[in-house]
Amino acid sequence: MKIHQLSLFLENQPGQMIEPCRALARAGINIRTLSLADTRQFGILRLIVSDWQNAAVLLENAGYVVNVTEVVAIEVGDEPGALANLMAVFENSAINIEYMYAFPFGRQDRAVLIFRFDQPDAAIARLQAAGINVVDSVDVYNKVS
Amino acid sequence: MTPSRFHPASAPDYLPLAQMRQLQLDRLRGVVERAAGHVELFRARLEQRGLTPADIRGLEDIARLPFTVKTDLRDTYPFGLFASPMQEVVRLHASSGTTGKPIVVAYTQEDLDVWTNVMVRSLASCGIHRGDIVQNAYGYGLFTGGLGAHYGAEALGATVIPISGGNTERQIMVMKDFKVTAICCTPSYFIHLLERAGELGVDVRELPLRAGVFGAEPWTDSMRRHIETAGGIRAFDIYGLSEIIGPGVAVECCAQNGLHIFEDHFYPEIVDPETGEPLAEGCEGELVITTLSKQAMPMIRYRTRDITALIPETCACGRTLRRMRRISRRTDDMIILRGINVFPSQIESALLAVEGTLPHYQIVLTRDKGLDQLEVLVEVTPEVFSDQIGALEKLHDKLTFALDHTLGLRVGVRLVRPQTIRRSEGKAQRVIDRRNG
Repeated sequence: MKIHQLSLFLENQPGQMIEPCRALARAGINIRTLSLADTRQFGILRLIVSDWQNAAVLLENAGYVVNVTEVVAIEVGDEPGALANLMAVFENSAINIEYMYAFPFGRQDRAVLIFRFDQPDAAIARLQAAGINVVDSVDVYNKVS
Repeated sequence: MTPSRFHPASAPDYLPLAQMRQLQLDRLRGVVERAAGHVELFRARLEQRGLTPADIRGLEDIARLPFTVKTDLRDTYPFGLFASPMQEVVRLHASSGTTGKPIVVAYTQEDLDVWTNVMVRSLASCGIHRGDIVQNAYGYGLFTGGLGAHYGAEALGATVIPISGGNTERQIMVMKDFKVTAICCTPSYFIHLLERAGELGVDVRELPLRAGVFGAEPWTDSMRRHIETAGGIRAFDIYGLSEIIGPGVAVECCAQNGLHIFEDHFYPEIVDPETGEPLAEGCEGELVITTLSKQAMPMIRYRTRDITALIPETCACGRTLRRMRRISRRTDDMIILRGINVFPSQIESALLAVEGTLPHYQIVLTRDKGLDQLEVLVEVTPEVFSDQIGALEKLHDKLTFALDHTLGLRVGVRLVRPQTIRRSEGKAQRVIDRRNG
C-alpha cells in the first residue's frame, strides 16, 4: 500500500541538482516523479524512482544523506473537483498532510498524488473505506504504458 | 594496576613529594647554569635582570627567571637557542610553520633517552605494555609525534607498526588483519578512521583494539565519549609540544581525570596569560614549562599558550606526579569577534550539546562591510536528516540557539552535506579565517 520515497539533503546553491540526477542516469534508474522543497540555505529533493533500494545505495555512496520515507500514492481523475472530493475523506479527521505533490500517471485522464501523512495507516484505512484507489507500489515504480 | 604490568621506567611516577622537589631543584639549578653558559639570548636576559644562576636557591625562585616565547625560536632560527655543539646533536625536528619559517628543535642522545623514557611511562600509564600491538598513525618526519611514539612503544617492548598518517583504508586493513590492540594518532583522525571503517562495513568495536593514545590537538570530553562508544576502546589524552620535547610531557592514567606531568623532567607553572604573574595552584591560566634535564635545547619558563590548571588533589592511580586539567583551548586559538573572545572549544561543546550532532564542523570567519562574521558549518548526518523541512529547520534553530547561548553573541549556522568539510590526517583545521584579503 505504501511506497518508498527517497529524500536527499542538498545545499541551496547552483549546481547541486545535476550530480544526483547523473548518478541515477548512469545506473539506468528512472525518476518517476520528484519534488524539491527549498529554504534559504538548503533544499530537500524527494524522489520516487523505479528501483529505490539500489538508488539509495548508490546515492549514499556518492556522498549524500538519504532518508527513506513511506508515502501513499493515490489515483484521482484529472478533472475539476477530483482533489476536493479526495480531501473530503480527511475532513473532520485528525490526519495531517505533511506535504504532497502530483504527477500524471501515463493513463488517460488520471493523475497520481503522493502524500506524506502523519498517520499513513489511518489515512489508508479511510481511503479504502471511501473506495478510493490507493496505488500499488508496482504501478508507481514502473511505467504504465 | 597488577604488579606484573608495572614498568620499571615508571618508578619516578611514584616518587615521594619531598624527594621529587629536591630532584627538581637540583636539576633546575643545572639547567639554568647550562642555559646561561651556552645560550646567548638567555644569558643576556639574566644579566638584564641582574641575576646569576646562583640566585636560584629554591624552586620558588623560578618565578624570577625570564620567560621564553615562541617568537624567540623564530628570531633565532635555525640554531640560535642550542646549548650543545652540533657534534653532540643527534636529531633535529621542526614544526610546520603556518607563517614564514618553522621552528627547529634539537636533541642530544641523552635528550632522546629522556624522551623515550617519558614515552614509555606515558604508554604504560595508558595500560599499554609488552605484548600490545601498537599502530602508530602519527606522521613520521619532522613532526615529533611519529618518532616520539615509535621509540617509546618500542622501548616499552610493544610491537610497533610504523604506519604513519594517511591512507585510511590501509590503516583499517592493518588494524583488522594485524590484530592491533592500541593506536596512537590525533583524535580527529581517529574519528575519521571510525567513519571510514563504518562505510567499509568494519565495526571497530568488534576488533581487538582496546586503547587509543590521542594528542597533538585539543579535544573535549564529549569527543572522548563519542570515540569510546563508537570505537569500543578507552581513549587517553597525551600532551606534548616539540619546543619542550614532543609527545610525552604529560599523559592521563587509568583514572582519566587530568594529565600527570612528568615533572622530574618538565617543571610546570601556571601564569596569568595577560600579566605573566604566577597563579595559585588550582587556578586556570597559561601553562609554562621549564625543561629540567634538556641538554641540546634547554627551555626556561617556556610559554606554551595552552590554557589549563594544576589539580591540587592526589590521583586515585597512586602516582605522585602533579596533574593538569585537559587542554581545551590555547591562547592563540582565540578568535576575537567584534571584540568578544571566542574559543573553538566553546563552539564544539555547544554543537555537541545539541542531540545527534557529531563533531564534524568548521568555523569560517569573514568580514562583511567592516563587521566580522562567524559562520559554523555543520555536516548533516543520517541520524538527524529528515524528509521534512520543519525537522531540519528545528535542528538549525537548536544549533543557533545553543551557539548564541554559549558564546553570548549572534553567529550563523549552515547545514552542509556530509563529507564536504575536508578531513585532516593530522591536526584538524577547525578555523578558516577569511577576514583579511
